[in-house]
Amino acid sequence: MRFSFLNLAKQALSAHRHWPEQWRFPEPKAEYDAIIIGAGGHGLGTAYYLAKEHGMRNIAVLEKGWLGGGNTGRNTTIIRSNYLWEESQGLYEHSVKLWENLSAELNYNVMYSPRGVMMLAHTVHDIQVFKRHVHANRLQGIDNEWLTPEQAKEFCPILNISSNMRYPILGAALQRRGGTARHDAVAWGYARAASAMGVDIIQNCEVKGIRRDLNGAVSGVETTKGFIGTKKIGVVAAGHTSVIMSMADVRMPLESYPLQALVSEPVKPIMPCVVMSNTIHAYMSQSDKGELVIGAGTDAYTSYSQTGGLHITTHTLDAICELFPNVRRLRMLRNWGGIVDVTPDRSPILSKTPVKGLYVNCGWGTGGFKATPGSANVFAHTIAKDEPHPINAAFTIDRFKTGRLIDEAAAAAVAH
Amino acid sequence: MLLIPCPHCGERPELEFRYAGEAHIARPADPSSTSDQEWAEYLYFRSNPKGLHIERWRHVSGCARFFNCVRDTVSDKILKTYPAGQPKPDLAVVLKEAGQ
Ligand SMILES: Cc1cc2nc3c(=O)[nH]c(=O)nc-3n(C[C@H](O)[C@H](O)[C@H](O)COP(=O)(O)OP(=O)(O)OC[C@H]3O[C@@H](n4cnc5c(N)ncnc54)[C@H](O)[C@@H]3O)c2cc1C
Ligand SMILES: [Zn+2]
Repeated sequence: MRFSFLNLAKQALSAHRHWPEQWRFPEPKAEYDAIIIGAGGHGLGTAYYLAKEHGMRNIAVLEKGWLGGGNTGRNTTIIRSNYLWEESQGLYEHSVKLWENLSAELNYNVMYSPRGVMMLAHTVHDIQVFKRHVHANRLQGIDNEWLTPEQAKEFCPILNISSNMRYPILGAALQRRGGTARHDAVAWGYARAASAMGVDIIQNCEVKGIRRDLNGAVSGVETTKGFIGTKKIGVVAAGHTSVIMSMADVRMPLESYPLQALVSEPVKPIMPCVVMSNTIHAYMSQSDKGELVIGAGTDAYTSYSQTGGLHITTHTLDAICELFPNVRRLRMLRNWGGIVDVTPDRSPILSKTPVKGLYVNCGWGTGGFKATPGSANVFAHTIAKDEPHPINAAFTIDRFKTGRLIDEAAAAAVAH
Repeated sequence: MLLIPCPHCGERPELEFRYAGEAHIARPADPSSTSDQEWAEYLYFRSNPKGLHIERWRHVSGCARFFNCVRDTVSDKILKTYPAGQPKPDLAVVLKEAGQ
């Protein structure tokens, strides 16, 4: 059932007790034309675009837990496209453009809010790096502008720009079209729209093995719900990518780290935008519920534990208290972790693999939520056509062999 | 926060250490005859297991020495640490010694 004013009014008459389920809960068929492993935003989105733009409807998304329960439901939802290199700008900007229309496209409110993302500079080096980003972005027609500390404070009035901070603010780069969206709604919106086109989303179904035929091509997956045949597999499993790829004997240039976030008790609107500081390791925004959403860098060591050390979050809060003195007495409500898959050059991999029929979308690390629609869109193209879309052509696994890395360490230094 | 037993100084909080990635990755002995694929393996490809991981740590705020550590990446429990230069331990034996 579509969400519309008419349907809302109709359902109101029966006290909203008769809305249908948003997606189906099917049992797996014996065989599909393609299988996506991982029902996060990127995996569900891939299935959606495969069905919608490439006419592949006999497909399934397999999820070991519940849909959207991975990093998609754990992230701090910052969206921006102010990356340094043309390849990245193409990919992230493709995504921002899709965000702008996504609620209408999915008939589901993903609450995309382009409230502006401001990145603070505290050192001469920061100033040089951010100005370089501003110029690189503007050459590509992507908005990004340089602000003085006073202009930064005007944009975010609770910001402390006094000169007696430990790391005073010397300026800021602002991308006005950057912002946030509702993370769960992105997973739910894609799931609902994909399911309506016939995509089977199978939850509580963990992939345990990848079966291959005599020529080495994939022929199906072993799961906790039995064997399911297919000739095309798209792995979209974030922190668990190395584990799944090893089932097909493919080694990956990835390491999985815990990344934490936390939220405060809810308060009235005090923060109109997103503020990030790579140098002192903190970023913050305010959700529509009123909670301050706070995050920082990863823990130091690789792990699959989905928790991290408390010293990481306290370090973040030190920086937050310095940047925003008026939040010092707020209590923190919740703290959690996700497992992020980090590549050596901090850019993702959306690529064919040495195994025929096996495709991988991973390496989004600390910053892939913003890319969800764009990534899903070009990855669906890659699977359907068995060749990359021009936008993701550079994001191969092979780049680590050829040396054509896409180094975004400066753009992604603090997790976001 | 992890409590890490430095083989030289004993148990200390994680804050005194710096993580240094997967252990027992040897630099190619003859760089000029090493292929691009081998360089990529050495520089970038990692085993990233869900389970026992052998990794390097450096006790920067203590003895400043590198050492190796066997840790379970699911529970984050450390099973064994040993000085750098010792051979890679047999993980089955490590598990047995740790009583698992
Ligand atoms: C704390 C935190 C804050 C973040 N903040 C931001 C931010 O502000 N902005 C931003 O752009 N990005 C951010 N990120 C990164 C972002 O969350 C991720 O890059 C993005 O959500 C990845 O989406 P995904 O769909 O690829 O992965 P996920 O949502 O993790 O989905 C992968 C799915 O695969 C499933 N799976 C794994 N193994 C198997 C198996 N064997 N069988 C079946 N299913 C399996 C998992 O259960 C999971 O549901 C943050 C991440 C974290 C953890
Ligand atoms: Zn020591």
